[in-house]
Amino acid sequence: MATDTTRVDGSEPLPVPGPARPAGGGRDAGRPRRVRRRGERGPLASFGLHATLLVAAVIAVFPPLWLLVTSFKPKSETFSLSLIADFTTDNYDHVINNTAFLTWFGNSVLIVAITTVIGVLISSTTGYALSRFRFPGMRSLMWTLLITQMFPMAVLIVPLYNLMARYGLLNQPVALIVTYLTIAVPFCAWMMKGFFDTIPISIDESGRVDGLNPFGTFWRLIMPLARPGLAVTGFYTFVTAWAEVAYATAFMTGEDNLTLAGGLQTFVNQHTQDWHLMTAAAVLIAVPATLVFGYAQRHLQSGLTAGATKS
Amino acid sequence: MADAVHTPSTPTPEPGPAPAGAEGAPRARRPGAGRPPLRHRLGDYWYAWAMIAPVVAVITVIIGWPLVRGVYLSLTDADESNVERRIGVNTIEATYEFVGLENYKDILTDNTFWDRLGWTVLWTVACVGITFCIGLGLANMLNRAFRGRTLYRMALILPWAIPAFVSIFAWRMLFNERNGILNGMLEKGGIEGIAWLSDPTWAKIAVIGVNVWLGVPFMLIAMLGALQSIPAEQYEAAEMDGANPWQRFRNITLPGVRPVAMTVVLLSTIWTFNMFPVIFLLTRGGPAGSTDILVTEAYRLAFIASPRDFASSAAWGVLILLLLVLFAIAYRRALRRQGEVW
Repeated sequence: MATDTTRVDGSEPLPVPGPARPAGGGRDAGRPRRVRRRGERGPLASFGLHATLLVAAVIAVFPPLWLLVTSFKPKSETFSLSLIADFTTDNYDHVINNTAFLTWFGNSVLIVAITTVIGVLISSTTGYALSRFRFPGMRSLMWTLLITQMFPMAVLIVPLYNLMARYGLLNQPVALIVTYLTIAVPFCAWMMKGFFDTIPISIDESGRVDGLNPFGTFWRLIMPLARPGLAVTGFYTFVTAWAEVAYATAFMTGEDNLTLAGGLQTFVNQHTQDWHLMTAAAVLIAVPATLVFGYAQRHLQSGLTAGATKS
Repeated sequence: MADAVHTPSTPTPEPGPAPAGAEGAPRARRPGAGRPPLRHRLGDYWYAWAMIAPVVAVITVIIGWPLVRGVYLSLTDADESNVERRIGVNTIEATYEFVGLENYKDILTDNTFWDRLGWTVLWTVACVGITFCIGLGLANMLNRAFRGRTLYRMALILPWAIPAFVSIFAWRMLFNERNGILNGMLEKGGIEGIAWLSDPTWAKIAVIGVNVWLGVPFMLIAMLGALQSIPAEQYEAAEMDGANPWQRFRNITLPGVRPVAMTVVLLSTIWTFNMFPVIFLLTRGGPAGSTDILVTEAYRLAFIASPRDFASSAAWGVLILLLLVLFAIAYRRALRRQGEVW
């Protein structure tokens, strides 16, 4: 599979818009006499384009799809190569009723919700200040934000663990919320700054002229305009918190305190090999995340580039 | 470093990454522009500082302080048996001692560190390189009108929509040596199954493959956005001048996506360097540590090894941070040389 992916791009010349590119060696293979309009693709180029995209799409979709398919198979069939022979929801039944799955789910939702709300709020005010004001310490703050992005969890995890242990916060959601803020906030503030930079400053000025103070301007005028940006940063925070593994595994140990990332590991490890239950739990974890993603993705593309480019 | 915000650096009136329009004709109530009366400036500073206060607090308290402590821990001999801990209601005092640079000396004179570093660099370069090429290639294909484009796009970003650890477990199933689907297919084709996760070389290929699979969607979306910001007229003009597709790609597309590409590659490099879950969940660093990157090794020392060696782990962490900082400085230098202002 891995070697496949490299082949997809390795042997494919990068396609560019324009007249037919020779697909697969055959130069001028079957070029019709008719002169094509600019930007029109020949049949071969069209075929090459669709074939490549199709292969890439299949590789992208297959693993999650197979997970979904397997989750409806009985235990004995988990590793069979066939599609669903006898459809069953036993795995889901077992996961929901006989494991602590719902507890983990609750833990994750709680942690994610609080992290996202706090993270988006404080990072957007910072982004706004960085975008609109010049103040002493601004450059150093921007650099600090960028540098904290580089902090490997390896640097912070041990001291954080020891601090949490000292204050008795291990196995508490608070431990993870605080930790996830450290990951999400610097990045989100940086992204939000990029967004606010794209909103014309004349809007702020009109707000100020009408007697709003900077807080009012920010809250009433700019925040509503920055909705795509909020969607992106909120989404980023959500993903960070929903799918974080290292801290969640290290800080949460008791069965009832696990998050989903920790819980899923209990199905398949050195001692147990409950692949069939793992698949069902995995699907239950992936569905909400995918829904959130679907909601946010409309804004993702504009958002990413707005945050990434410096105007 | 964490309280850098309080260092009184002079306000920089130079045009940095400021919103367009912050410079220009000075007007009375324009924040930050020109030189408004001091009262306004102080007022604006006050607002700005109030707005950044929460983030500064977060950074200082939960990044800065642990960082300082982490550096301190790396200079001690702290492990499971001598840190402060609670047993029931009794708190046992910490008894670890300051040992100076002992840990660093041990690490740097040991082959393990250099092996892991070599593999981490290879892993980062391979992942980012392959991901970038695939991402740019696919973005180029999707950046035009044809039937089914939306459908392809949805399919291609699916790996991003699903939490990484879920996908990694899916891959573990596919890679399963005895009855995974990949080997099942190979055996159907008459080829012997591959020990995907238990042979050092294949395990390395497997983790890189999975990480590329996870990383392509982000790259694709970022590059697609960059491509769409290139004006179509440029392509038309180039075509008028008789540039062939390759020349157009070289001279318009690549320079056009550069700003975004620079940012995205920098971010990806840092993320990949610290990519914990792929390695931890797929191979646990195995077989025999051959797929352990620096980050997973540091984690293993502190949380999996027995007894837990906090001091060494912290020292690994500090070394990782130093490497990243050096990389960032070099990267910034390279950008500067090419005339990008940072």
